Amino acid sequence: MAFSIYDFTSFNQAIDKWLYDLLPPVLALIVEMTLIGLLFLVFYAIVGLFLVYAERKVCAFMQNRVGPNRVGPYGIFQTIADFIKLLMKELIMIRNSDKLLFNLAPFIVIIASFMAIAAIPFAKGLHAIDFDIGIMYVIAVSSLGVVGVLLAGWSSNNKYSLIGAMRSGAQIVSYELSVGLSLLTIIVLAGTMQFSQVVEGQANGWFIFKGHIPAFIAFVVFLIASTAETNRGPFDLAEAESELTAGFHTEYSGIKFAFFFLAEYMNMFIVASIAATVFLGGWMPFHVGGWAGFNHIMDWIPPLFWYFGKTGFVIFLMMWFKWTFPRLRIDQLLNLEWKYLLPINLVNILIMAFIVLMGWHF
Amino acid sequence: MNSFFKYFTDIFTGVKSLLVGMSVTGKYFFSPRAIVTQQYPENRKTLKMYDRFKGEIIMPHDANNQHRCTGCGICETNCPNGSIEVIPTRIDSPEGKKIRIIDKHIYHLSMCTFCGLCVKTCPSDALAFGQEFEHAVFDRAKLTKILNQPGSSILKGIE
Repeated sequence: MAFSIYDFTSFNQAIDKWLYDLLPPVLALIVEMTLIGLLFLVFYAIVGLFLVYAERKVCAFMQNRVGPNRVGPYGIFQTIADFIKLLMKELIMIRNSDKLLFNLAPFIVIIASFMAIAAIPFAKGLHAIDFDIGIMYVIAVSSLGVVGVLLAGWSSNNKYSLIGAMRSGAQIVSYELSVGLSLLTIIVLAGTMQFSQVVEGQANGWFIFKGHIPAFIAFVVFLIASTAETNRGPFDLAEAESELTAGFHTEYSGIKFAFFFLAEYMNMFIVASIAATVFLGGWMPFHVGGWAGFNHIMDWIPPLFWYFGKTGFVIFLMMWFKWTFPRLRIDQLLNLEWKYLLPINLVNILIMAFIVLMGWHF
Repeated sequence: MNSFFKYFTDIFTGVKSLLVGMSVTGKYFFSPRAIVTQQYPENRKTLKMYDRFKGEIIMPHDANNQHRCTGCGICETNCPNGSIEVIPTRIDSPEGKKIRIIDKHIYHLSMCTFCGLCVKTCPSDALAFGQEFEHAVFDRAKLTKILNQPGSSILKGIE
């Protein structure tokens, strides 16, 4: 079994072969699926806890505060303490609520984010499933989460929840378009929808550099639209604390609230990693075409570092937005999408198609 | 045509103002020394509250243990929560007259909302806000305080 931090393909194939030798094919498949599911669960817990801590620290520094600093050195165990508290909270059942939908909603939200993360390549060969149409699949499943949000709002029997859910619906229906079109711009450049091929295509320069200005505009539009899609500030109308208490998850407590909370942060992680993969080269090291020595040094840094570094960078950008800009009103939100982002995107994709047609990209 | 240009100038001015905002928060983020919050339990020794801080009602006494309270009771009538009780007494003045002075100025900290009406309405400026704010005690009775110190007398020339 050849384990290498640079290429996980042979390592995964060895495990696969070993399991299929050991067990009948159906059982081996089930074991593999369970293993990957467990891995993602652990990954979710770690990343979720870390992101909540990072968000609180980043927002504190941007507001000239210190942030959590009591539990452990620099408060690093704060989120673990919060998590234990959430686990021990009572699950309050709301009278006159739709019991089935009320209990189902958090699971739909978290399952949608689980489905999206399956398609993301973490390193060469470290990939749960590599669809031919990976980008399309991610666009499709990432918008499933809104079903959970709508159900949560509807079944809570609470006006705040309902208003929050309806806002969220309007928001995601419109911003889904911009997310799709900005990714389409890069699909035109890459010529493929398969994530592994998209990353391979950036071996001699990331798409944000290869595609000149249109790729950069697409990156900015994707950042704005995906922030809106994950219901994060400045587009957090769906939960708008000052207007709607907590929006669609007003009536949730304990672990069900934790599911919504975790799904919000994991969705942020997922859109950040899509942005990193599609625009910034994913796990591909920083390469400049022709500089062999420089490329060789960059190759020495493991792909996992590149992947998490880029994703962290995009997450930091999104936190920066959130803690700088005030929340948009619903009419401003829809204006921004339909009057500005969508026309810009349509012209942008036309320019990109022209550039690709003339072969002006690198 | 005018609205056509306005559309594009809107985009560019919008992006510019967003970048200005981001540069402000970005500067704060990369200068962690600019923390403005008080690190309270750690800096307890050096913590200096502000002059306008409303910690509790006090009655300032000078070096001769003299205060300015005449016992008129205006603070008691003005207090919305009834957290002040003024108990006056009468003594004989050196000139042989009966005058009203204060016996006890009782202050119930547990009922006080720090509105400041007593301080504002006192005709002889006998009350003030103190800076002390660590009021937690284990016994409720300790929150009832007598503001005039034992053996204190009124400053000459206030009556």
